[in-house]
Amino acid sequence: MVRKFLKFLYILTVYLVLYIPLIVAIVLSFSNSEISDTWNGFTTKWYSNLFSNSDLLQAAIRSIILATMSACLSTVVGTITAIALHRYKFIGQKVVYSSLSVIMMSPEIVQGISLVVMFIVLGVPLGFTTLLLSHTVFCFPYVTMTVLARLKGFDKQLIEAASDLGATDVDIVRKILIPLIIPAVFAGWLMSFTLSIDDVVISYFVGDKSFEILPLKIYSMVQTGIKPDVNALCAVLFFVTFFAVILSYKLLKIKK
Amino acid sequence: MHKTPDSFCRTAVLYFIFIWLGVMVFAPNLLVLLASFLTKDAEWYLRLPLNLQNYVALTDTALLEIIVKSFSLSIATTVFCLLVGYPFTCIIARISKDYRILFLMLIIVPFWTNSLVRNYALISILSKDGFINTILLKIGLIKSPLVLLNTNFAVFVGMCYTLLPFMILPLYAVLEKIDRSVIEAARDLGAGSAEVFFKITIPLSFSGIVAGCIMVFLPALTLFYVSDILGGADISVLGTIIRNKFTVDKDWPIGAAISVSLTVFMLLLLKLYFKSGNTVEEERQLW
Repeated sequence: MVRKFLKFLYILTVYLVLYIPLIVAIVLSFSNSEISDTWNGFTTKWYSNLFSNSDLLQAAIRSIILATMSACLSTVVGTITAIALHRYKFIGQKVVYSSLSVIMMSPEIVQGISLVVMFIVLGVPLGFTTLLLSHTVFCFPYVTMTVLARLKGFDKQLIEAASDLGATDVDIVRKILIPLIIPAVFAGWLMSFTLSIDDVVISYFVGDKSFEILPLKIYSMVQTGIKPDVNALCAVLFFVTFFAVILSYKLLKIKK
Repeated sequence: MHKTPDSFCRTAVLYFIFIWLGVMVFAPNLLVLLASFLTKDAEWYLRLPLNLQNYVALTDTALLEIIVKSFSLSIATTVFCLLVGYPFTCIIARISKDYRILFLMLIIVPFWTNSLVRNYALISILSKDGFINTILLKIGLIKSPLVLLNTNFAVFVGMCYTLLPFMILPLYAVLEKIDRSVIEAARDLGAGSAEVFFKITIPLSFSGIVAGCIMVFLPALTLFYVSDILGGADISVLGTIIRNKFTVDKDWPIGAAISVSLTVFMLLLLKLYFKSGNTVEEERQLW
């Protein structure tokens, strides 16, 4: 009994510590002070400020657009890669496979500078395109790995049977593989979205003022002090994502 | 092996994958490798001749000092995350299946607010009149407020806070798979709790431990924004140096040399990881 209680206490403490900064950030969005590091009485003015401060809101919208697009692109690229790795045997398969783990493990800063060096050498102007490509590159391995894990769990004979009965590759993908891997694809998409929307380091290198996304906007404010309207924005975004995920989880459950 | 009814599809898909990886992964990294042997140029960033000067520059004492500092911080962060994360994950992995996912989701949820803002919120916890000092003063443990902000300690707190989930998730993936009957069998045969832990649980979860440590250690070397927000003017992480070389000093070759060294270091760690007998996709399954 005592052991159980101690375990419970331990878990609770860890969660508490993980959530305190989050809670503090949300609480400070109601603080009546100019810079969001002290409490100075209750106000909701930052929320009304936020919805009139089109700059900040626009950066958030850009972030959401970028994360949605790069998550979709990563999902397509990642799923194709997973299916190819699973279905085909080809020269360089091992190289493809291990480069995926290298991408996932390599520090963001290494990826960021290598991508920006390439973009500059190739003369690609920094902005939306470079952000989209870079985010896709660092997210797609997560989709591949999730989908691949799912593919490994099912019977290969299913495909062989379909193949024997005259199904083409396209048929097999459409009628067998896609329905099977949908949950994994969805999980991969969500993962990519989460990674993309919170990325600071890679965006810092490949991003540009021409398409200023939220993390870059906030990063540029850090030096002078973040105002509580940023906290307000984050609180809004947090609750929106939170309910979106709960909703999709419920929907998936109903479908099952 | 299957026969491929339409090999056109196969060829197209494989070309696509190779071109994608070639252009977006191999080419950029090769360029950085090349850059690390070139010379700085004010106008074009890089120029010939090839030389090893940039790698020699890594042994500069001022730089070495920061490297040592950054590595110590990284080691401290990794050890802390492992010590806190391992027991935590052990407990989570044994909760009944219905609730496990919920507990795991609760780890990921904080990621949905911007990590800059979350680290910024730590300022109001660590500052002179912040939560920690207020509480400590009230209960009379200290007489005057402690200086916590803009110290290495603050950066350490920020790193641990930001990276703890990256330790927990890979650990969870392996700990969840451990067959309870193995542990029960050991118990029946007379093994004590300590023996079960050191001889069964730890060896069976070793690949997760290695994966988690890599995923905490490397970012802890490079997350410059944590140091920017919490560490004050002092440079405490290697990432800040790399960033400054690229954006402030416009000295690509040295920045590239540091980055290449970091990549080599990572590859060595990855080798250790693959030796520890697991594949990355296993620890990724839960995503």
